Amino acid sequence: MTELTSIVGANRRELISFCIGEQEFCVDIMAVREIRGWTPFTPLPQTPGYIRGVINLRGAVLPVMDLAARMGLPPVQPSARSVIIVVTVSERLIGLLVDAVSDILSITDESIQPPPDVACDRVRSFVRGLFTIEGRMISQIALDRILPEIEQIAA
Amino acid sequence: MTRKILTVDDSRTMRDMLRFALVDAGYEVVEAVDGVHGLEVLEQHGADVIITDINMPRMDGFGFIEAVRNCMPHRVTPILVLTTESTPEKKARAKSAGATGWIVKPFHPEKLVEAIRRVAA
Amino acid sequence: MDPMESIKATFFQECEELLADLESGLLAMQAGAGDADTINAVFRAVHSVKGGGGAFGMDALVQFAHVFETLLDGVRSGGISATPELIETLLRAADVLSDHVAAARDGGSVDEARAEESIRELEHATHPEESAVTAAPALVVAEPDEFGFTVTPFSPETLLDEAPKAGAWVVTFKPASDLYRKGNETLLLLRELARLGPTTVWLDGAALPDLATLDPESAHLKWEVHLAAEVDERTVRDVFEFVEDDCDLQVRRAELSVSAPQPNVVSLAAEKPVEVPSAPEVRDAAPKVEPVKAEGAAATVTHATIRVDPERIDRLIDLVGELVINQAMLAQRVIESGLPASSTVATGLEDLESLTRQIQDSVMAIRAQPVKSVFQRMPRLVREVAAQTGKSVRLVTEGESTEVDKTVVERLGDPITHMIRNAIDHGLESPEDRVAAGKPREGVVRLAALHRGGRIVIEVQDDGGGINRKRVLAIAIEKGLIAADAQLSDEETDNLIFLPGFSTASAVSDISGRGVGMDVVRRSVQALGGRISIASRPGKGSTFTLSLPLTLAVLDGMVVDVAGHTLVVPLTAIVESLRPKPVDVRRLGPQGAVLSVRDTFVPVIDVASILGFREEPLSPCDGVVILVESEDGGRAALTADSIHGQRQVVIKSLEANYRQVDGIAAATILGDGRVALILDVDAVIGMRRRDASRDYQPPLAIAG
Repeated sequence: MTELTSIVGANRRELISFCIGEQEFCVDIMAVREIRGWTPFTPLPQTPGYIRGVINLRGAVLPVMDLAARMGLPPVQPSARSVIIVVTVSERLIGLLVDAVSDILSITDESIQPPPDVACDRVRSFVRGLFTIEGRMISQIALDRILPEIEQIAA
Repeated sequence: MTRKILTVDDSRTMRDMLRFALVDAGYEVVEAVDGVHGLEVLEQHGADVIITDINMPRMDGFGFIEAVRNCMPHRVTPILVLTTESTPEKKARAKSAGATGWIVKPFHPEKLVEAIRRVAA
Repeated sequence: MDPMESIKATFFQECEELLADLESGLLAMQAGAGDADTINAVFRAVHSVKGGGGAFGMDALVQFAHVFETLLDGVRSGGISATPELIETLLRAADVLSDHVAAARDGGSVDEARAEESIRELEHATHPEESAVTAAPALVVAEPDEFGFTVTPFSPETLLDEAPKAGAWVVTFKPASDLYRKGNETLLLLRELARLGPTTVWLDGAALPDLATLDPESAHLKWEVHLAAEVDERTVRDVFEFVEDDCDLQVRRAELSVSAPQPNVVSLAAEKPVEVPSAPEVRDAAPKVEPVKAEGAAATVTHATIRVDPERIDRLIDLVGELVINQAMLAQRVIESGLPASSTVATGLEDLESLTRQIQDSVMAIRAQPVKSVFQRMPRLVREVAAQTGKSVRLVTEGESTEVDKTVVERLGDPITHMIRNAIDHGLESPEDRVAAGKPREGVVRLAALHRGGRIVIEVQDDGGGINRKRVLAIAIEKGLIAADAQLSDEETDNLIFLPGFSTASAVSDISGRGVGMDVVRRSVQALGGRISIASRPGKGSTFTLSLPLTLAVLDGMVVDVAGHTLVVPLTAIVESLRPKPVDVRRLGPQGAVLSVRDTFVPVIDVASILGFREEPLSPCDGVVILVESEDGGRAALTADSIHGQRQVVIKSLEANYRQVDGIAAATILGDGRVALILDVDAVIGMRRRDASRDYQPPLAIAG
């Protein structure tokens, strides 16, 4: 990590951006394991609605989270364009169901601003920061914060 | 030519330590877990030097040395006895069974190699 | 890993085996086995622990082992007889040795008082004539403490010459025939001398007989070596350490002028020294001795073992799991493609399936381990709990060689430990009560393992008083676990002890009350897909029966469809499947229904609605009913829409990436590549009970 940033430039990081409805979000590329096309889920009983179910990821059972529903937006309507971004969060793998992947971005930490106070609590806790690129506003997801709830439930 | 050492010890730890020290010193190592097994391995693989423990199941070190000394192609193969006891009686017993020399446990790798050099060309 | 660290890990692993051997050997002696093999094995175990400990500088361990070993050596040589009291002492010492090993491994410390007491006991037994007072720990160990090789001087004269290091030595050396017979070699000794400094070597061949009378196996030569080296006499003699008894050796300081005895000079630097009568290669000497063959096949097998990193096997098992899934997926594709069953592809696939199953079985067999490793920890536990409770207990074990997957073996320890504690603490009566009841003073706890119906069964049986049902009922009512007027069968009463919040000990005893109740044990067993039950006979004792799958990697299940979801029901829970007639189904309360199965009523549970897959329960007559039996023997009728068939599935953890889900035991991947959930039958019945109690239904709770 440190080596990478020093080569790329001071505090520069690469992000993968994706769309949920009209909004654009991104996650750190270092957390992304792979991006998969949509496959049917096996729903889980006794589970919050934003966990759409589990899929077979080469023999492992991968939970798939509907990121939109997690943030209080209308749930994603799965379509052929929908993708699952497989990310690693605290040694667990989780799939994020999103409408489409749009871009790979390279930005500096300085260009990221904290989410404004006016944003609702849910958004503020899941969004690490905001930045604009080519006139688009993109929110960076705080991956470590979308999961702790799972840990709490498990405990 | 790489010299081949046969180590005979029922303790895996001791076999591993011997192997570690000997391979490091450039020897080839074959292992056996007791006297009976030692004779089998010796028959199959041969050895330039034998290092054996005394307290072992099935056939102890004394029995093993006697058997080797009566076994034609190996009767003059150098045999070093591993012993925790450094008492004269224990050594005399090993010698009378036909041991070439001894190594007192715990051993230092350098001393082990020195003892081998003393009995093998 | 650092090689020494890895050897250390091996050492601790080996210690566990040695300590187990030690204990089982001592127990065998206690049971009357006084044969040399047993005593030797006991001695060797301590000896090997000491040897390895010495190599790693574990001084406290080595010192204790040394005292222990000294006594065992006395027993081995017959000087000390193995009385029952002595064996008790040895068993206690084995426990202390085990503590020493644990302390060396985990960095803790041993109970000093206990260790010293044990040393005193051991020394007193070794030298009973010495008064106990003088037996202050004589912790002088024969071998040197430093991590080194010691050349112990054993001829007095080697000690003498500590004088100034002379500049030159004259060594006269006449090998005896035995020197060569023991594999020593003059040339090597001369070479060693030459390493100390420049040498000049004379060969005295005067004693050589004629060729005609020469015995080629005898030694006839004598050597004189002049060594110019700043070393002491001891260093020179050390070269001959191994051959001291097999030669005439003289070491003296060189006179200033040395007159060569013979002109027959051999310089070691020269290309070829005089032929040394070396290793006699005589063709017709002693006939070749056949190596002693191992007695019996079992002994030979142990030699053919290899050691493999367990991670590699785990990886292999994972891969075989993938293979099973892929094979199933392929088979499904073939069926979907409409190829006839007689086609070569279909028959080829059948062969593949059979091969896959065999590979899977073989791979699982690699990881199978006897339960011995767990059983061996129990005698100590029994001794300790017996001492704490003041009860007299004998542990009998059976079926230690029963094999089960490593993942299961590792998780057997805790439940067995708890069941045994429980058996001694709550099961067995005090010696006085036993005698009063006409029983032997000594209680017996029997620990057995066996294979039954594709599962491993562990039984812990005591010959105590059995469960005090009156008391159990009173406690359950007092704690609100059951209704005051509940009518329970004996079996149901006994099973109350597994309910959360139940503890029969009025004062939480030190033994069983370590914050772990039988409910926790049951839950941990259930998490492994296991069952635990109890059977008790008043005055005769109780038997805990623990049954677990042989592996946590695969499971035989029935694949069913509930409201469009595919689920797997573990076969072990299934009694039968049936299609009930409407007349067999009776409504009970607002939501519930019961099914009449051969004159008994069984509650009906619609799997889909209890899991939240549909609102309105499926009528048992519109689908299939699977009669299941729960842990406590209670039955339930699960309704499903249809049954797909039976299949072995690879168990996949949900917790690895997600969390536990109520009602679901684990997941698997089916032939179509999709994830299917494995039903947790007991949890489903539990969920139903909770629902039922919310509906103010009569307590089906216990009847299940």
